[in-house]
Amino acid sequence: MITVENLCKSFTLHNQGGTVIPVMEGAALHVAPGECLGLVGASGAGKSTLMRMIYGNYLAGSGRIIVGDLDVARAQPREIIALRRRTLGYVSQFLRVVPRVPTLDVVAEPLLALGVDGGAARERAAGLLSRLNIPERLWALSPTTFSGGEQQRVNIARGFAHDYPALLLDEPTASLDAANRETVLRLIEEAKGRGAAILGIFHDEGARGRVCDRLVDVTGFTPARVA
Amino acid sequence: MTPLLQVKSLTKRYGPRIGCADVSFDLYPGEVMGIVGESGSGKSTLLGCLAGHMSPDEGQVIFDTATGPRDTLRMTEPERRMLSRTDWAYVHQNPRDGLRMGVSAGGNVGERLMAVGNRHYGRIRETATDWLGRVEIAADRIDDRPSAFSGGMQQRLQIARNLVTGPRLVFMDEPTGGLDVSVQARLLDLLRGLVREMGLSAIIVTHDLAVVRLLADRLMVMKSGHVIEAGLTDQVLDDPQHGYTQLLVSSVLQV
Repeated sequence: MITVENLCKSFTLHNQGGTVIPVMEGAALHVAPGECLGLVGASGAGKSTLMRMIYGNYLAGSGRIIVGDLDVARAQPREIIALRRRTLGYVSQFLRVVPRVPTLDVVAEPLLALGVDGGAARERAAGLLSRLNIPERLWALSPTTFSGGEQQRVNIARGFAHDYPALLLDEPTASLDAANRETVLRLIEEAKGRGAAILGIFHDEGARGRVCDRLVDVTGFTPARVA
Repeated sequence: MTPLLQVKSLTKRYGPRIGCADVSFDLYPGEVMGIVGESGSGKSTLLGCLAGHMSPDEGQVIFDTATGPRDTLRMTEPERRMLSRTDWAYVHQNPRDGLRMGVSAGGNVGERLMAVGNRHYGRIRETATDWLGRVEIAADRIDDRPSAFSGGMQQRLQIARNLVTGPRLVFMDEPTGGLDVSVQARLLDLLRGLVREMGLSAIIVTHDLAVVRLLADRLMVMKSGHVIEAGLTDQVLDDPQHGYTQLLVSSVLQV
């Protein structure tokens, strides 16, 4: 479902003397449907960079990134938009929303974008918010004022609203208490159960051990110069 | 899928100066494209040329009309005027440029309906009331003039006036400029909802990177009349390739 081949990337800082920073070289991985692959490696080794390239958020330098039947490294913006809408979900560490939009609508939005009827979309959103212990009295409020942990849970609910065939999870269990961590791990197991291909970054070793079928150490993809 | 709009090598000069040069892109149905750049970068000139407010010196602006793709720059004036009342809409930065200030709110919305042939007063008023509701203007303000409205309400009224005829392509010039931030947020939410529900395509010119991040799927960055970078909005903002875009992104003040 997700295949990365010989992926390379460097950043060029034009306003800092044109400094070129190579950040990735020869990255390769494969995630099959129903499988969860964990990315490991020290902080700064490029786990999030790799994940962002797969999502099309960072531009690939060279190589291939196949998600479903699209090469993200070469795709047109509209193809990536369609991919993100239907196929590829991403739970980042940060929640980015239009201010003043109620939490329930923030979570339902991926479904509304797919043309799901408003009632059904909000029902699904409500179910996820309940499971993630966001009190119902907060649903009508914008999540911008929520605590870090609450925002993270809203972000997760949003990421799991649509049953994406492929999912990228950047530290989904960070800043969660035991009960919510358990819920998130169950959501991941359910997604695997329905055949989703998942690529995740977990600093929490217990969580990693429980949901990841295999691990890939990104240190192997770090260019020699910065390693 | 046929692009809704195909722009080819569009160039506009002001005497020896360049307004915009050699701009080409395709816009597909349902896509929202942002154009950013500092003042003087040519983004408003480009929007004006696309919307038929200015005549470019070279290039083509091909729109997928009901009868197939046609170069709007080669249409007759009545044809282009009809297009700008039906399939196209233009939201000005200053609502005073897009509204008739001496006519009631309902009249402002109804006028566009009458321009495309609606004549039944009751139905026009009904549609106008419905649209005022959609842009969150209370029904009892229908007979008030826009001059009695706040800036945010005027902007929402301008949007209602533009969208009432169900356009397929909306041009917006700094639609949230000049509004305070809380009003801006409400307008952004409204625009996003309308774009999604009506399947609109839109081209939005702004200098506000936060606005394009939330509204636009794609982004074009302009400098000195040229498009220097284009791509997926979050990719251009998070991994800018051109030195100028890097400067632009790193210059945004953090709140």
